[in-house]
Amino acid sequence: MSDTFTLGNKEFTSRFILGSGKYSVDLIKAAVEEAGAEIITCSVRRANTQKHENILEYIPDNVTLLPNTSGARNAEEAVRIAHLSRELGCGDYVKIEIMGDTKYLLPDNNETVKATEMLSKEGFVVLPYMYPDLYAARALRDAGAAAIMPLASPIGSNRGLSTKEFIQILIDEIDLPIIVDAGIGKPSEACAAMEMGAAAVMCNTAIATAGNVEQMASAFGDAIRAGRKAYLAGTGRVLERGAEASDPLLGFLR
Amino acid sequence: MQINGEKCTPDGRSVMQIIEDMGLKKEMVAVELNEEILPKDEYEKYVPGEEDVVEIVQFMGGGAF
Repeated sequence: MSDTFTLGNKEFTSRFILGSGKYSVDLIKAAVEEAGAEIITCSVRRANTQKHENILEYIPDNVTLLPNTSGARNAEEAVRIAHLSRELGCGDYVKIEIMGDTKYLLPDNNETVKATEMLSKEGFVVLPYMYPDLYAARALRDAGAAAIMPLASPIGSNRGLSTKEFIQILIDEIDLPIIVDAGIGKPSEACAAMEMGAAAVMCNTAIATAGNVEQMASAFGDAIRAGRKAYLAGTGRVLERGAEASDPLLGFLR
Repeated sequence: MQINGEKCTPDGRSVMQIIEDMGLKKEMVAVELNEEILPKDEYEKYVPGEEDVVEIVQFMGGGAF
């Protein structure tokens, strides 16, 4: 049986999502070829008259583009960016990112709920980036989110799963794919998120700033697959105290 | 008028000509005219005037912020 997850009306096999910030052709190529990425996020910005590069040329046709609303400080700005991204002609997927704070770059959950509601009603497939709070996650679900994207630690920090316990609550309580986003720094952390039952992991800085981008993309791909397999297998029980021999307690050579 | 945040004087160019003069193609961009989306089939026809605020955007790399 194939193990897939659904966002909107599309099914995805790969549970690795690439953020293309700090992007280079090498990063996108490595993420698609080495880690099997089927979803890549991008941003919407004022056209640059100096640099005529078109990121779409580097993204293969079979990859789903997930434009984000980064730069938005409130729901209205996020909706405006989503409209522009749809006009750019790459589908109805949108990742809501709303940040009023420029020091910690934490998402504004209240504004994110408002934007999710407005854009879901317009037929967008909405994936909100959020601070892992159960009440906000329920509100996002009720507002029509297709998945929830809680942060592991502050954006670009590579500090790993600092919100682990609260992400686990969302996985246990919210009946939507939970995609762990932001702050994942190492493959072991991505693997841990998948073992917890996350539907997918999104990475950008961890790979973009690695010594060898290609090797790190490959390592993330392996880690995410391993974590998913472990989750499906069901991890073994943990003894509260003491020990238990795994060998037979008979026939000792004494 | 204003194009991508910069003040400039209307010079009779259509939105299409402005895009091409920026070295871009219409498939690569989306245009907002006074905070409303300008449909692609209007690019040739529409010549922005004194009061217009035009935003021309495209996709860029982006993970978060």
